Amino acid sequence: MDSRKAGNLLKETFSDAVLKIEEFRGETSVTIESGRLVEIMKFLKQNSDLSYDMLVDLTSVDFPDQKMRFIISYLLNTTKFNNRLRIKTAVAEGSAVDSVCDIWKAANWMEREAAEMFGIHFNNHPNLKHILLTDDFVGHPLRKEYDVKGPDFGQPLKIDLEKEEIF
Amino acid sequence: MAETRTMTINMGPQHPATHGVLRMVVELDGENVVNAQPHIGYLHRGIEKLFESMTYRQALPLTDRLDYTSGVSNNLAYCLAVEKLLNIEIPKRAQYLRVLLSELQRIAAHLLWLGTHALDLGAMTVLFYTFRERETVLEILELATGARITPSFIRIGGLAADIPDTFLPRVMAFVQEFPKRIDEYETLLTKNPIWKRRTTGIARMSAEDCINYGVTGPVLRASGVNYDVRKAYPYTSYEDFDFEIPLGKNGDVYDRYLVRLMEMRQSTRIVKQAAEKLPPGPVSATDAPQVVPPDKNDVTSDIASLIRHFKIMEEGFEPPPGEVYSSIESSKGELGFYIVSDGSNKPYRVRVRPPSFINLGALPKMIEGALVADVVAAIGSIDIVLGEIDR
Repeated sequence: MDSRKAGNLLKETFSDAVLKIEEFRGETSVTIESGRLVEIMKFLKQNSDLSYDMLVDLTSVDFPDQKMRFIISYLLNTTKFNNRLRIKTAVAEGSAVDSVCDIWKAANWMEREAAEMFGIHFNNHPNLKHILLTDDFVGHPLRKEYDVKGPDFGQPLKIDLEKEEIF
Repeated sequence: MAETRTMTINMGPQHPATHGVLRMVVELDGENVVNAQPHIGYLHRGIEKLFESMTYRQALPLTDRLDYTSGVSNNLAYCLAVEKLLNIEIPKRAQYLRVLLSELQRIAAHLLWLGTHALDLGAMTVLFYTFRERETVLEILELATGARITPSFIRIGGLAADIPDTFLPRVMAFVQEFPKRIDEYETLLTKNPIWKRRTTGIARMSAEDCINYGVTGPVLRASGVNYDVRKAYPYTSYEDFDFEIPLGKNGDVYDRYLVRLMEMRQSTRIVKQAAEKLPPGPVSATDAPQVVPPDKNDVTSDIASLIRHFKIMEEGFEPPPGEVYSSIESSKGELGFYIVSDGSNKPYRVRVRPPSFINLGALPKMIEGALVADVVAAIGSIDIVLGEIDR
């Protein structure tokens, strides 16, 4: 079953949870409600007509002007039918979305990365610690309000020789 | 009953066998690994964030800083994603040259891997053999692109320039010679009893586990899964070439080695076909004046070309709003770029889908219960590049 048919099947099965189906440059994106995420993902993996067995990519995009500012985007691939399907869901700042680690182990590190970079919480994640950033890092660098230049950008390194301290 | 205690040891980040700044915290019960956790991020440069502050054209040199062992492939993946967003058609000559260059790059990357992986496991001689041929490949790449490691030669809309006349004879001489060189590496390792003892049955992954962990590239194919982006979602005219996807059976370190060696033979075939079938014609899209800069000679003699040149360099171009994902089979696995455009001249969001990052995520599973010496073999067999993992 190709990705367009998969989108339609999803719409038939979960008519109340599927919000939108888009086609752009031959790629199908299905937007769903975040509360039904795990249920729909399980269906996508386990249904033998779909069998999306591979989570290729998981990431987020920040739209600060919108109320549901984070779009989480899951890219699925089926090795059986050879096509890709993108599932998108939106969450507001401070709210959480369920982890898909139990369905695809690949989600573990990608969810950790999305969590630290955007500040999204994933429920039931086994180990939601920082992965690329240091443990004591404050802030979420890929949010739009986070400046590329830090507060010390372009400032000379100040060294107090008497105290032997580097600021 | 005697008390059993486990010991926690730290490998890296400055460890020669971790291929970069990878730190592993390994919990040991005697010689056996109970739990291993990779710690990454020592090379994090915020490349995904940097993309958002540059025009599409300016951001190109960031891409070959990701996987610095295969710069051409990274450029190609990014350009394909932007071209998909723009919906422009690339001339056949440029496509064939892209295939030729990225397959040469795959050979160079695999040679680097083979030399260092064998070195990790105590076979030092192989390094000198593979670096000899890697140097030849890099010289050929330099002849066309002007750079050895970070070429940025593949541009949005085509190539930066056509190849020089001396390029194809050098390539043909290389593809004549190279299969014999691979035979040489095989005499050193393939039937070597020490090598087989160190690699056979080590760090096995079943096909189901590989798919569940999202593993791609030679590691996945060594477990017998026939998934290669070049065949599954052909790009850049790969459907015109005759080549096979080598598969392994056991999914262990030895099979990954065999798969990569066979891949080098297949890449040589592709390079040969691309060089023989190379069609004449332009190397940049002719119907996309907003993307492809004008000829250098026109810029100095024609005011309209001068204006267009400055417009492309300063402002760039504005793709339509939308989101695309495009991926290639790099030497490590599926390298994808997910670009979200808001219709301005800078990408709204660029996500790199790095194969090494996701393959490394399967490492704890791979080395469960293994001996501590096999951890090094397992890390080597995944073929990671930290520049791509940390971004």
